[in-house]
This record gives sequence, structure tokens and C-alpha cells, in this order.
Amino acid sequence: MIKNLDQTNVTAGREGSSLLLSHRAQRQQRITGLLGSGFLLAVTSLSTFAVLFIFYFIARDALPFFQLQGFKQFFTSTHWYPSASVPEFGALSIFIGSGLVTLGAVLVAVPLGITAAVCLSDVLPFSVRQVVKPVIEMLAAIPSVAYGFFALVVFAPLLQEQGGHILKVASWIIGSPIALLTIVVASDMLTDRMSSVHRARARWTWMTVLSAVAFWGLWHLGNSLGSITITSGTNALNVSIILGIMALPTVVSVAEDAIQATGRELREGSYALGATRSETILKTIIPAASSGIIAAVILGVMRAVGETMVVWMASGNAAQIPQPWYNVLQPVRTLTATIAGDMGEADQATGSARFHVLFAMALCLLLFSFACNLASEWGVRRTRRKVGR
Amino acid sequence: MKKINNIMMILAAVGMGVSAAVAGDANNIVVDGSTTVGPIAKAFAEYYMGKHQAVNITVSESGSGNGAKSLINAACDVATMSRPMKNSEKKAAQDAGILAIEHIVALDGLSVIVHPSNPRSNLTIEQIRDIYTGKITNWKELGGQDQKIVVISRDTNSGTYESFNTLVLQEAKLKGGAEYVGSNGAIRQRVMSTEAAIGYVGLAFTEGVKSLKVNGVAPSAETVLAKTYPIARPLYMYTNGRTKEGTALDGFVNLYQTAEGKRIIEDTGFIPVK
Repeated sequence: MIKNLDQTNVTAGREGSSLLLSHRAQRQQRITGLLGSGFLLAVTSLSTFAVLFIFYFIARDALPFFQLQGFKQFFTSTHWYPSASVPEFGALSIFIGSGLVTLGAVLVAVPLGITAAVCLSDVLPFSVRQVVKPVIEMLAAIPSVAYGFFALVVFAPLLQEQGGHILKVASWIIGSPIALLTIVVASDMLTDRMSSVHRARARWTWMTVLSAVAFWGLWHLGNSLGSITITSGTNALNVSIILGIMALPTVVSVAEDAIQATGRELREGSYALGATRSETILKTIIPAASSGIIAAVILGVMRAVGETMVVWMASGNAAQIPQPWYNVLQPVRTLTATIAGDMGEADQATGSARFHVLFAMALCLLLFSFACNLASEWGVRRTRRKVGR
Repeated sequence: MKKINNIMMILAAVGMGVSAAVAGDANNIVVDGSTTVGPIAKAFAEYYMGKHQAVNITVSESGSGNGAKSLINAACDVATMSRPMKNSEKKAAQDAGILAIEHIVALDGLSVIVHPSNPRSNLTIEQIRDIYTGKITNWKELGGQDQKIVVISRDTNSGTYESFNTLVLQEAKLKGGAEYVGSNGAIRQRVMSTEAAIGYVGLAFTEGVKSLKVNGVAPSAETVLAKTYPIARPLYMYTNGRTKEGTALDGFVNLYQTAEGKRIIEDTGFIPVK
């Protein structure tokens, strides 16, 4: 940016000399140019410095915690009693809570988001896309407290009253398409090497058998899920679903950009080789855009891990590791909610380890999102290089 | 995300500056603190501003701990608290050159609440403590249905939690599976919609839920005043030094002693002091 500016200045200077400007005017021009680019540099670096300052101040308040309490308890204990007379700062369950909720959100947002991105860029007609994409992006404009209110007041009681039915229906909705795809692919693979005489019949037999097995499996899964009663609706599942919806616009929009960026040539080349539309999408477009799609997923993860209001309102905030660990029907506590909820009391006057522990958590979050940011940047760059742009 | 954080920090800084500038002006009163005392402070503020047009009172509810902090930082004139100031807070105030004066404005009982469909109507303090510390985990153990108890607590930042912690738990640690929520209203909302839940709230927040007798005594104004109900506490307002007679601040803080003030306190669901 600055280099460019300097170059234009130099050329401007040269043109000046051909028009016989005085030395003074030339110097003036150069100084104005320098001042201008300096000002732009300062403005640009302002936001960079802001990030560095945040990093510095959080680290400055986080390190005293480790000096006071050491690393072991913080990372390995599940006893979180910061306000007790002998305070304990075991954050393991809180880390796991954050991880579980984020994993859940990714499981919701990624399949939906990538399917939607493919659909928007390659399946729907352009005019429809122009309407649908802004609507999806509007999800990002809803304030998170509104999502939290919905999760607490509408979704949590619904899960408590109709939890079994909801899980049953959801297992069918998610399970059937996956089962169908698996059946088609599996029967294809199993009959691939057969001679063409028997192939069609064998394929149909396999499909029938596998469908029966899948139906039986889904039926039992649905029934066992249907008999579950959810005692508390503010739990990891509730928050995962809501966070997944919140991360959806990010995933869709970045993944769609990446898929678009693969370009027309690639698609036309694929069609020219006789590939169908689905083969083009599955075997050419998605692999070509894979790094960009990974970047989309990482950005979605960052959105979910950093969200505060929804988890504070609707995750239950219980500092425990669910039993077993993947039991999303139990309440969990996340890093962000702990920071938000405990900040008020965590005064230096009322016990400084309690104050610094929140900054230690913030530092962990910051380092995590920093790593994610780098990874997604790498992903986006790789896509660009791959497609040659 | 980072940008948003930046903006938040700037806004917070600006907000602090503004409230610090406002505190100290004789006709501007800034009140901050407990969400329990909040309704009283708001009703007082409305009444007082109605009587004195020149006075402007802002009431925030950010928790007792934050109220104390604001008073110490001279960011408010009145800190409302649902627990007495801790020694550490008093010391911090002293160090900041602030003399925190205590006014007991009303009494409050903590109701232990369950879902209306719950058959229990009485628990002992020991049973409540066992539920909250994880010794009793199923309503079956208390003669109810076979349902896991959903234990709901206020966040550790609130005065309500502090009171419950001292009055009921006696500093025993809450069980790991206990859910924490951020306000009295949120506890009521959760208990109202969750069959197996138990929670605790201020006396004013029991609409739509069933409040239990504790040790056989029902929570009410009479039992709290007679000191027979075991989970009760005074509510406080703190000011910096004694209020000067005739100032708006003095009038506002001492409203609780007037007949009109007592009526307001009763209307908001608390018990006026005698």
C-alpha cells in the first residue's frame, strides 16, 4: 500500500519536473505525499495496535494467576469454587464445557452450512440465490441476547416437555438422508467388481437388505431416544443447536465464497469430460474449494467458542464434566459465560486470584482464536493459490 | 469479534467516565448494586423524582458486589446491597477515602421454590442443604416422584447467593451439577417451566411457583419480622459518609422511614423495618 503510494509520488515528481515545477514546489509535494502516507499508515496500524494492546493487557493480568496458583490445578482439577473461603480454581470442566458446546455447534452448523453453500452457488438459479443469501446472512444480525432469550424461555421448556419426541424426529430427519447416501454408495462399491450381467440385480438385492438394516437401526434408535425425558432444558444440547444456528451465516457465506472462487473454467472442464452435475460438485468443486471450506468451518468454530450471552443464559452454567462426557443433555459451563458471570465480584479487593483467573481464561480463549485465525487465513490463501488467483 | 471487544472496552471506559462525572452533583443521584434491592430503589426513585422535578436519579442493577465496587470507585452515590459489606470491601473503601455508611432499608426472606406440581410443601434447612450439596439427588428420597432434582442457584456474583450461602449452606460447597442463573426472575422462570427444579429467590419473586415452608414455617412478612422464618436477611443501602440533611440524597435514602416509603416497600414485595 505504502510502496504504491511512494511510487505514484515518484512518478508525479517526474511529471512535475517535465512541467518545470520549481524545486520548492517539488519538495512541498514530496512532504505532503509523505505526510499523507504516514497518516494512512497510522490509521491502519491503529486497529493492529488495538489487538496487540488487548493481548498485552490480558496477558499482564493473566500471568499473576499462574504465579499465584500454578498451572496444575487450573488445567487438571474440576473443582470450581472461586468464592469459597478456601477458593479452588479447577477449570478443566469449564474447558470441556466450552469444547463440548463448540463441537455440538459445529455438528449442527457444518453439514447444514456446507450443503447450503453448495446449493446457493451451484444448484439454485442466480435470481433465487440473490434473495436467499441475504436472508441467511440476516441470521447474523439478530442480537445474541435475543437468541439467548429464545433458548431460555421457548426452547428449554420445549425440550423438557417434548424432549423425547424432538430427539426422535431429529434422529429420523438427520439419519434418513445419511442412511440413504450410505446405502447407495455401499451397494455401488460392493457390486463394483461383478460382471455386468448380475450387477443390476445384485445391486438391488444389496440395497433392499441394507435399507432393511438401516430402517431397523433407525427405528430402534428413534424409540430409545423417544423414551428419554430431559429433566433440565438448559443444557449443552440446547446451546449447541442455538450456537450452530448462530454460526450458520458465517459458515455459509465463507464457504459459498470459496466455492464461487473455484471459477467457471473448472466446472466447464469437468462437464466437458462428461461428468454429471453431481459428479462435478462432489469430485471437482468441493475438493478444489476444500481449504476455503475448512476456513469457513474454523470461522464457525470461532463464532461458537466466543459466544457469551446465549451460553450464559441457557447452558445451565454447572461446572461439571457430563457423565459420560458426550452426554449433551446435562448442563455445562463455558469459559465465556464464566468470565461474564464472575466479573462483577472478581475485584482485586475481594481476592486477587479470583480476578486474575478470569484473565487466564480470557488468555486461553484469545490464544485459541488466534490459532484458529491463523489456520483459516492459511486455508483461504491455499484455495487462492490452488485456483491460481 | 475483536473489533466488537474494542468497542465494548471503549464504551465501558466512556460509561465509567460519565457516571463518575455524574456522581457528586447534588441533584443527580446514581444508584447501583443488588438486583434484589433494585425494585425498591427504582420505586423510590420514581416517587422521589415525581415529588422533586429538579432531581435526577438513575438506578442500575449489577449485583451487590458491583454496587460496593462502584461506591468504592466513587462511580455511584448509593450502593444497594442484599448483604452487608465484607471486611475486605470496607477496607478497600477506607483505602479509597470513602466512609461507607449502612442503612437497613427493608427485610427480605429467601423463598425456596419448586414447580407448582411438586407434592412437597415443607423441607428442613438440613434437607435443603443436602439437596444443594448433592447428598440428596432425587425427589424419591424425599417421598416424591422418581425424578432427578434440578438444582438451580443464583450466580456467585449475587447477594442472594451470598445470603443463601451463609444462611442455608453455611459455607458448604454447592454440588458440581448445580445450574447457575443470573437473576431472580431467571430462577423463577426456570423453576416455573421445570418440573423437577428447586431454586431460591427473594420473597417478591414467587408468582407462578410454589414456595416451600422451611422448618415448618411459611415465608411471609409476619414470619420474617417475627424472626421465626429461618432464611431471612436485611437489605442495605450504603452511602459515602452521613447524608447531609436537606439534600436530595438524604431525602432519597431516608424514604424508607416515611409512611409512603413503607407502602412502596410493601408494594414491591418486601417487608419494611419497624
